[in-house]
Amino acid sequence: MAEAAICAGCRAYFGYPITPQNELLEYMSARMPAVGGAFVQAESEVAAINMCYGASAAGVRTMTSSSSPGISLKMEGISYLAAADLPCVVVNVARGGPGLGNIAPCQGDYFQATKGGGHGDYRMIVLGPATIAEAIELVTLGFDLADKYRVAVMVLSDGMLGQMMEPVVLPEPVDPASLPTKPWALTGAKGRHPNAVTSFAMDPVDLNRINTQRQGRYRQIEEKETRYRETETSDATIVIVAYGTVARIARTTVKMARSQGIKLGLVQPITLWPFPSAALRSLSSRVNTILTVELSAGQMVEDVRLAVGDRAKTPFYGQLGGLVPTPMDILNEVKRHVS
Amino acid sequence: MSVNTDDMVRVFERPRCLTDAQFTYCPGCQHGIVTRIIAQTIDELGIQERTVVVAPVGCSVSMYEWFRCDGIQAAHGRACAVATGIKRVNPNLIVFTYQGDGDLAAIGTAESIHAANRGENITVIFINNQIYGMTGGQMAPTTLIGQRATSCPDGRRAQVAGYPIHFAEMIAQLEAPVYITRHALYDQKRIMAASRAIKKAFQCQIEGKGYSLVEILTNCPTNWHMSPIDSNSHLMNEVVKAFPLGDLVDRS
Repeated sequence: MAEAAICAGCRAYFGYPITPQNELLEYMSARMPAVGGAFVQAESEVAAINMCYGASAAGVRTMTSSSSPGISLKMEGISYLAAADLPCVVVNVARGGPGLGNIAPCQGDYFQATKGGGHGDYRMIVLGPATIAEAIELVTLGFDLADKYRVAVMVLSDGMLGQMMEPVVLPEPVDPASLPTKPWALTGAKGRHPNAVTSFAMDPVDLNRINTQRQGRYRQIEEKETRYRETETSDATIVIVAYGTVARIARTTVKMARSQGIKLGLVQPITLWPFPSAALRSLSSRVNTILTVELSAGQMVEDVRLAVGDRAKTPFYGQLGGLVPTPMDILNEVKRHVS
Repeated sequence: MSVNTDDMVRVFERPRCLTDAQFTYCPGCQHGIVTRIIAQTIDELGIQERTVVVAPVGCSVSMYEWFRCDGIQAAHGRACAVATGIKRVNPNLIVFTYQGDGDLAAIGTAESIHAANRGENITVIFINNQIYGMTGGQMAPTTLIGQRATSCPDGRRAQVAGYPIHFAEMIAQLEAPVYITRHALYDQKRIMAASRAIKKAFQCQIEGKGYSLVEILTNCPTNWHMSPIDSNSHLMNEVVKAFPLGDLVDRS
């Protein structure tokens, strides 16, 4: 993911050590100076995200990464990034929580990532890779979407992905100089009016106008950028909804189920926000059951139920504390819902 | 009698790098003097086109609107981290933060100390008025022992609130900072000295020498509940006893 960021033209990284994402920080400490970028091991997650706020405001593609407890600390800065319309890519290699929890894979940060987390009315594009190849693809996409819509983008991975090795093909490196210019960036007010990057608007009429415009941009993102992957859904009677590591495991479950004659399909949301509600809604009229599987006590399932309503059954299956279900565990759960 | 202005020499004017926007400081507050000194310095050094203002949360929250420079508003206490991000990706920019005692020495202690310790090539202007001004006069980390504030109505007691924090002395222990100095604005001589210090701090950055901090002891007539003149006397007679003036580090 670090090299994918460099390929995408990222030239500023600020981070703080936390397991299971230390490898990203360590890689950047050597790689970023080698490509002429900025690297600082910050004194805290709070400082790191605020360094991102500064570097992004100066017009450079910027990234930070952390894991769940550290992401909580970044939430103040993410709210400010959103409010100042600054692009930034934030990688969360999520671990078991709440509190210190543990360093095992977990999906308990879904609410935090997709529903806000920081204060105020804002949204972050949230991308959920299931493999290293997808992580690379989504980091690349993340930088493009962040710049295009001037939003923060979170790549929500987990401790499994963060500690995994897989062969990958890296994208062609982008020359940062070839990226579209950012006329709003702080580059020095030479031959132009001064630029101001701020989230402050004392007058309620002003803040209402600014926030309403931003919500308009969010509606555009919902319309144009919703992404998901369907597997074997065309004739399915039961469908699993899962993202990230669970989606990868569930792909095997689908194969196992099909070999046993169970018409199981899979929907993998790629964008967790915007959530593929319309796809699930349309699917819900064709299937009996939409089973949500997460490494949590049930967070994404709330979005699934909002989308599906009572058009299909919407059971939930999850494991907590860093336990990861096997394909067979999920298949057994599927069988409970197949009459 | 008519005056022939052709023969006159202009000796005083509004700094060119200030916009027409009005400062939002209270009457009698010395923040305005410091802000003006910074503007004059930017003019004198000819750096308006490459200066970035990092505004804090507090009485100077709108500072980016007052300068004809690029500017950014930082979250409370995070100005030094924001400045680090800007300066690291574009070292050609001249980046300064302007922070009060609550912003710099309470909620932003970590960001402020570590930027100093890394020797970031930035200029920090630290306004020490011993109180939270914008929020209505609560106790600050720099509030003097015995000084009343809305959150210590009987005066600050060391037993419960500790002692006024000496931020400049703290970071003077570090190896990286180039220039750390404390000034006050209670008379013309002191204002001139503070002007020279601020100019020197910006010059340190222009010459790539590294981190500098200029602490300015100022008044807060509104929240000290004093007239501007009385607040100035208090500054001169009491505050400077707790916060001695002068250079703490000069490796420039």
